[in-house]
Amino acid sequence: MKATVHVMLKNGVLDPQGEAVRHALGALGFDGVNGVRQGKVIELDLADGTNEADVTAMCEKLLANTVIESYRVEMS
Amino acid sequence: MKAAVVVFPGSNCDRDLAVAFRNAGADVEMVWHKDTELPAGVDMVGVPGGFSFGDYLRCGAIAANSPICKAVKAHAEQGGYVFGVCNGFQVLTETGILPGALLRNAGLKYICKTVGLEVETSQSAFTEGYNAGDVIDIPIAHHDGNYFADDSTLNALEGDDRIAFRYTDNPNGSRHDIAGILSENRRVLGMMPHPERAADSGHGGTDGQALFRAVVGQLTSA
Repeated sequence: MKATVHVMLKNGVLDPQGEAVRHALGALGFDGVNGVRQGKVIELDLADGTNEADVTAMCEKLLANTVIESYRVEMS
Repeated sequence: MKAAVVVFPGSNCDRDLAVAFRNAGADVEMVWHKDTELPAGVDMVGVPGGFSFGDYLRCGAIAANSPICKAVKAHAEQGGYVFGVCNGFQVLTETGILPGALLRNAGLKYICKTVGLEVETSQSAFTEGYNAGDVIDIPIAHHDGNYFADDSTLNALEGDDRIAFRYTDNPNGSRHDIAGILSENRRVLGMMPHPERAADSGHGGTDGQALFRAVVGQLTSA
């Protein structure tokens, strides 16, 4: 079983890296972009018996800082 | 007065912090991140600057989950004093000992320079050696010092006089120009600037000395 965790800065939290990417895209002539948000993807290779609730606990405890970040777990 | 300074893999201001405490009169012991308890009789825990665990995942996140941090959290919950500088401030927010979080600097650049800090309150053992309104020169050296907290947290910090230092010229995008904050019981201070790098005439500035003298003096007489 694999889990994919998507971690993004929450709406309302300034994302300076996303802003820098947006500026760089504009400089390349891609002017059709209103905003960029940059996050991270964490892939977990799970041992038998590890379930989605365990992954959620991992997100709460370590993988995301819920003061500034939101997360989404996909199991596959 | 006994201080313990925590050492993580990647800490690089641990000895500077120990020297500053020692020069102010404290007995200092270093503690390793794998230790599960603090030395007996410790009054103050220093969490130093650096790049603990390579800043992997998020600055301070892995250090915050190390064995010693459980002991540091318990120490703070029992009313013990804790002082986190730079990466140490990031560790304290990641543990939840202090509210908020430190984001990437708004200008995306690592900044290493001396900045002006306005002392916002003298009502703490750390800041009683200053007058509110004093402006002191203290070095910063960070990539992720952009203080963020939601509006209700900021209002609580402002309302309870828990902002210890504010930048006179905000270098990193911190909300409300915040450079350092106090815990609710005013015994935990976290700040991005490095007062331990301005605590000896050989450093080129001594504006940080009053902080160490005040807190060590207060805990020695207690």
